[in-house]
Parts: sequence; C-alpha cells; structure tokens
Amino acid sequence: MSPSPLRKWERFTFSERLARFAVFLGFAAALSISLRSVQIIPEFLYDAPTQVADLFSRMWPMDFAYYPAGIHDAMMETLHIATLGTLLAIVMAIPIGILGANNIVHFPLLNWLSKLILVSSRSVNSLVWALLFVAVFGPGPLAGTVCIGFRSIGFVGKLFAEALEEVDPGPIEALTASGAPWFSVFLKGYWPQAAPAFWGVFLFRWDINVRESAVIGLVGAGGIGMVLDTALNLFFWNRVSVILLSIFVVVILAELFVTAIRKRII
Amino acid sequence: MTVEAQSDSSAQPQRSICIENLSKEYVRGKPVLKNISFTVQGHSSVAIIGPSGTGKSTLIRCVNKLIPPSSGNVYISGENITHLTGRNLRMARRKIGMVFQEFNLVERLSVMENVLCGRLGYVPSWRAWLRKYPQKDIDNAFSLLDSIGLLEFSRQRADSLSGGQRQRVGIARAIMQEPHVLLADEPTSSLDPKTSVEIMELLVSLSREHNIPLLINIHDVELAKRFTVRVIGLSMGGIIYDGPPSELTNDHLKQIYGGENWLQ
Repeated sequence: MSPSPLRKWERFTFSERLARFAVFLGFAAALSISLRSVQIIPEFLYDAPTQVADLFSRMWPMDFAYYPAGIHDAMMETLHIATLGTLLAIVMAIPIGILGANNIVHFPLLNWLSKLILVSSRSVNSLVWALLFVAVFGPGPLAGTVCIGFRSIGFVGKLFAEALEEVDPGPIEALTASGAPWFSVFLKGYWPQAAPAFWGVFLFRWDINVRESAVIGLVGAGGIGMVLDTALNLFFWNRVSVILLSIFVVVILAELFVTAIRKRII
Repeated sequence: MTVEAQSDSSAQPQRSICIENLSKEYVRGKPVLKNISFTVQGHSSVAIIGPSGTGKSTLIRCVNKLIPPSSGNVYISGENITHLTGRNLRMARRKIGMVFQEFNLVERLSVMENVLCGRLGYVPSWRAWLRKYPQKDIDNAFSLLDSIGLLEFSRQRADSLSGGQRQRVGIARAIMQEPHVLLADEPTSSLDPKTSVEIMELLVSLSREHNIPLLINIHDVELAKRFTVRVIGLSMGGIIYDGPPSELTNDHLKQIYGGENWLQ
C-alpha cells in the first residue's frame, strides 16, 4: 500500500487572501486620510482637561432656584411638544403605513409612493425639519410639534407597515371567505395582529421624541431647548447645569414609564 | 327554478352546491384540476380524498373563489357565482362557510369575537368596529357556543384554547354565516385521533341539523369512510371515484394514491 498523498487544506484560497488583504489596506488608507483632514491641534488637546475642569467649576453650584422660575414651564412645553407631535405622526403614519404594506395594497406604485414619503421623513434630521417649520410658523411650540410629527412619520409608518406585512395570512383568508368587507377584514384580521407592535412603536417613538424635542428648541422650535440656548448664550453655566440635569431626569423617567407600559401591553 | 329558489326563501329551498366542468391551471398547459363536475344536495356529507398535491385544496378554494377557477361554473343553491366580483362576490361568499386545517382564528380576539366574525359579511363595518353586533347575532353565538360545549370559554382569548377547542370555534364561526354549503379543508389534520373523530362528528351533525351540504377535504381514508355518505377520489386533478364509501375498494385506492404496499 502506498501512503496516501498529503492533502493540503487552507481556510481561504489564494485569491480570497489577496482580496482580504486589499480590503484591509483600503481601511488603513481611509483611516490615515481622515485623520489628516480632522486636523488635530496638539495644544488644544493638551489643554482639554483644564477646560473641562473649568467648565465644571463654572457649573457648580447649580442654580436650583432657577428651576421653578425658568425651567419648569419650558419642560412641560417640551413634553407637550413630544406628545402632540407623536399623536400627529400617528394620524399621518397609519394611512401611509397601510399604503406601504404590500399584502394589503397590491399596487406597487402606491407601495413605492408610501416608501418615498417614509424615507424622506426619516432622511431629514429633526433640526432641519425644525428650521423649516420655524420659517413657516415662526418660532415657538407649534413649529416644534409639527417638526416632531413630520420627523416621526417615517419611523412609525415604516414599522407599522412591517408589522402589517408580518401578519398571519390565515385569519385574513378566513374573514375574506366569510364575505366580510375590506374595512371589517382590516379591523378584525389585520389590526388585532399588528396592534401590539403598533402601540410598542408609539411608546418607543414618544420616548425618542421627548429627547428630540429637548434639542429642537436650540433653533427656536419651543420647549426646554430655547431656555438652554439662552442660558448658553448668556454664559449662565450654573443654570445650564440645572437644565441639563432636568433633561436627564425627564428622559430617564420617560424611559422607565415606557418600559413599564410596554410590559403590560405586550 | 333558480329564480323560484331565490325569491321564495321562507320555503327553505334545497341547499346545494353544483360544480360544473371546473378546471384550474396555475401555469398554462399544466392543469391542476381537469374538468371536475359533481353536485351535493341537502344534508349529505361528502369527503374528497386524494394524495397531497393533487388539487384538493385548490378545488375547495375554487368554490368560494379564494382561488379563481380557469374555467367551469360553481352554483350555490342554483346561483352561478363563478363570474361574480366585488360586492356581489362578498354576498355570495356569505353563503359558503369554510373551516380550515390551521383553524385560522384571530388569536388575540376572544372566543366570542371570533364566533361573531362569522357575521362580518352581514354587519356593517362601523358596528363591527364598535362591537355593536345585533342582539340576535349575540344570542345565536351564545347558543352555538353552548351547543359545542365552549360557553364558559366565551371571554377567553382564542390562543388560550387547545387545538380541538379552536377548531370548534372555527366551525361555530362558519355556522354563524348561516351558510348554504360548508367547506372543510383538512379540518382534522392538525388534531389527535380522538379529537379528529369528535370534530368529524360535530361537522356531520351540524350539517344534518342545519340541512347544509358538507364538503370535506381529508386524507384519512378511514375517517372519511366512517363519517361521510359519499367519497370523491381525486388523482392527478381528475375524479377517479365517486360513490358510497362501502363500494370504495382497495383497487380504487391503488388508483387514487398509487402503489399498494401501504394497503394492509
């Protein structure tokens, strides 16, 4: 018996190894190029710890007396903007989501139109939406609410459409076979199956919107952001710190609230 | 005769289903069903047997146009429903109750609501939305639930029931339509043997009680022979056998299913 010839085994073929090396080289090149364009100035880098310490010393002690005087109303306004904006988004996202679900609407053109609306809502940043509506409605909470609404359509509509597309087709077939009209099939077939996902998305988006509506005030769209902007411009650092802390607390509370409700409905 | 039957509903016209030269091809030139014709009247129960993939499900779905037939006609109590569309099709579908292999209940709704879903073809959508079903429908649903032994489950969610219980709810939903014909697509295939027998008993007894023709797709030949008065054997999209179960011989079964080693 002659010994069996040595059989070679390698995880990658030669061309695969070459390709992997090329990809690695590409990443390295991209990293070095981007580092050069960032233009790090070493003096500023060495200085950073001192600057941070300085900032904190200005923020301390916090001006808690400013909360009832200047922050509380703005914070409530922020919550109102977030809530009304989310409701506005839902009213607009339900029909658009239905249009986008290809198991409900069988016209690819309408599916495509819905996707276009959803994508354009999401691709524009909330600060840009805010600038747009501040220009239209003037500065204030109305611009903020509409901004939050338009920004959220994409998120809510896309996830609602996906929930509708994942519905079990069996009950739909059964209701169709019983001669139910379209709207009844939607109410009793699609909606009960998609509802938990829908309410989950609604709560999650409200949670995100509480954070977003704290920011859009920086460009004049109402709420706590406007107060923050003023305090920053006037270098009232001990007020800035109270504002940041209260935003932090509200965001945490919103998160806890949403988690508690989600547990109950799902 | 057709006109008479429709205008004089109080005299309870003979409920029937008549299939005439029905063919279906999904791909041109490759028919799944070839020229199927048969009639079922009154309270007879008919089993359609045949190997999987031979078009049993397609046949039963061609009856209520869940799948549109390629040619041929379907008459429900004398009315030709083959060419109906839109609202008229919905009106016709109300007369055809259907029971499914996977029950097809709306899992997150209560048992009661699932049974009332059988009335969706009759009740306007806004009433369904507000859950304001007519009292007559609610009374009927309760007595139906009582008769199938699920009265105390009426408020439970459908997904909390066992398979046999779910299929009972599915049957009750179909009966709520006050159908002229009851179709059952493999109603026992997801159930254990004992529950299967109970479900077949229920289907046959309801068909007798309400005087509705019953058409059952089933692959269990013994179950078919035991509960139905007529067996239609389907193979390669055509009818191989049509007659009483007592005359169904092993030769027929060989022809329908092919091979013979499985026959003992």
